[in-house]
Amino acid sequence: MADYEIPKLTGLGYVEVPALEPDSMAGKGPYVAKPEFQKALHFPADFDKGVSEGYELVPDWKNRALEKLDDLRHRYRSLQLYLDICVKCGACTDKCHYFLGTKDPKNMPVARQDLLRKVYRRYFTFAGKYFPKLVGAVDLTEAVVEEWYNYYHQCSQCRRCSVFCPYGIDTAEVSMAGREILDHIGRGSKYNNEIISKVFKIGNNLGLPGLALADTLEGLEEDIEEDTGIKVRLPLDEVGAEVLLVTPSADFFAEPHVDGLIGYAKVFHEAGISWTLSSYASEGANFGLFIGSYENMRRIALRIREAAIQLKVKRIVFGECGHAWRVAYSFLNTLAGPFDFLDPKYPVPQHILEVTWGLIQDGKLVLDKTANDDKVLTFHDSCNVARGSRMGDKPGGQFEYPRNVIKAVCNHFVDMPADTIHDATFCCGGGGGLLTDDLMELRIKGAQPRMEALKYVTDTQGVTHMAAICAICKSQFTKVIPYYGFKMDQIVSVHQLVSNALVLQRQVSVQARPEDENEDR
Amino acid sequence: MALEIGGKNIATDEEGYLENLTDWTPEIASAMALAEEQPVTLTDEHWEIINFLREYYEEYQIAPAVRVLTKAVGKRLGADKGTSKYLYSLFPYGPGKQACKYAGLPKPTGCV
Repeated sequence: MADYEIPKLTGLGYVEVPALEPDSMAGKGPYVAKPEFQKALHFPADFDKGVSEGYELVPDWKNRALEKLDDLRHRYRSLQLYLDICVKCGACTDKCHYFLGTKDPKNMPVARQDLLRKVYRRYFTFAGKYFPKLVGAVDLTEAVVEEWYNYYHQCSQCRRCSVFCPYGIDTAEVSMAGREILDHIGRGSKYNNEIISKVFKIGNNLGLPGLALADTLEGLEEDIEEDTGIKVRLPLDEVGAEVLLVTPSADFFAEPHVDGLIGYAKVFHEAGISWTLSSYASEGANFGLFIGSYENMRRIALRIREAAIQLKVKRIVFGECGHAWRVAYSFLNTLAGPFDFLDPKYPVPQHILEVTWGLIQDGKLVLDKTANDDKVLTFHDSCNVARGSRMGDKPGGQFEYPRNVIKAVCNHFVDMPADTIHDATFCCGGGGGLLTDDLMELRIKGAQPRMEALKYVTDTQGVTHMAAICAICKSQFTKVIPYYGFKMDQIVSVHQLVSNALVLQRQVSVQARPEDENEDR
Repeated sequence: MALEIGGKNIATDEEGYLENLTDWTPEIASAMALAEEQPVTLTDEHWEIINFLREYYEEYQIAPAVRVLTKAVGKRLGADKGTSKYLYSLFPYGPGKQACKYAGLPKPTGCV
């Protein structure tokens, strides 16, 4: 198996601040994106001819990197501020799951940020220009670039450190700027950039073509009918439906994600809300955020707008996806708005949990909680939902809505320790564009704080399952929890729990196909 | 990277997936399986899955989801084989990724 040590859980519920192991995660970073993907994302790809595979830096990379840094600090005043105001107080040091799990001091958020900050100081501040040694400013060299590439892909942009920073410095923005600069000098990551290019080419991260999507949805309709005796629809490209559902493509493909998708379908069916998926905007995720590229984030977001217009829907609802919801909730209107063609009675956009919780409160869903009596649930707050968005109209709604829904469909629910949930939640270890097999050591070690918390409630309160509302969290956990002695099917989708408990009353879908209706009569 | 088979070099990516799907031959699948840290000798059971994956890919241009795969395998080869447990017993690194590699298909990407 692995040639690195898997952390051992203590059972205490938390990870002790570790003794430092300098350079324990030094290395080359994840696989580098090929020039064809850099090109697809409109990044420079004018590599010297004859360069093998184009994995070199672009010509004149140093000036281009500094130009980009200069551009970004003017474009985002927040970045300029974050580069200037850190006082090295150290409050962030032990807040990072990757530092706790890897013990590498460069994974202390302050140190990781300083990899960029020390170059900024050298070229853009008075002290750094004239007295670089006094202020820890360094020249931009290839070695620095390699370090950026390695360590800016050991930050999942979860922003837990920012919660504890007295100045509110957002480490994620620094990591995003680092990646954006790297993308402009030929150092994009294969995982992120290949995926984004698939969205542009095929419509989703998976590369799932329309025909395959249609076949998948049909298969799910058969499964639900077999299970419940009712023809619940999963419509694709149905013009005139009320709701466009935008969900991560993992919901069409992976486990337990698919079970969540079945849950959304049943909720819409039961409430009599007509809905549709789009083969053009068949992706909720927006990896443009992860690479700090406003342009690519916008290109991806615009697909949703176009699909909504073409399908003539009145509402846009997002499925269970962490950063998709952050992009949707916080940025969609400025990225792809205005959405004045949608029904103003509903928030733009809406989260599926807002839809489901609203229906539960209105008594529109018949729920049999005992269907989940074989489980004791806990809930993993996803970083981008917890710290980058909200649900409903009150502060903290993003913590309450998922828990309210779980409690409405399950009899047994307990929370993990307070410093690991809500806005202090720990990242799953695979967020921010790091969910790739070539970073498996990082992913396993970074999951340790969450695993300690899960182990604690498992031992003390008999928790058997952990629910999540993010495709990355679900995939990351199913992959890494076996290393910690858990089983992969202990991870569930929140709407999978809803699906289990929902007792369908509506016999015929409001979107029944003509032949189905005839059959039923 | 490259895989050497019968004196011919076959191009693969960093993770050992074929660069050109058309390069695939059954010998390549066997060689990939034997090249694992814990070498696997492909049996008829493995081939049933690999052949299904190739057929599915031909029609839909993507590997099937685990759920689709288990359902199809169950229908074709009997209900006892239509479980993810059975598939994992054949392909311990995950039927999606490991079996796709042997079948010469590109790796599924995204939040999976």
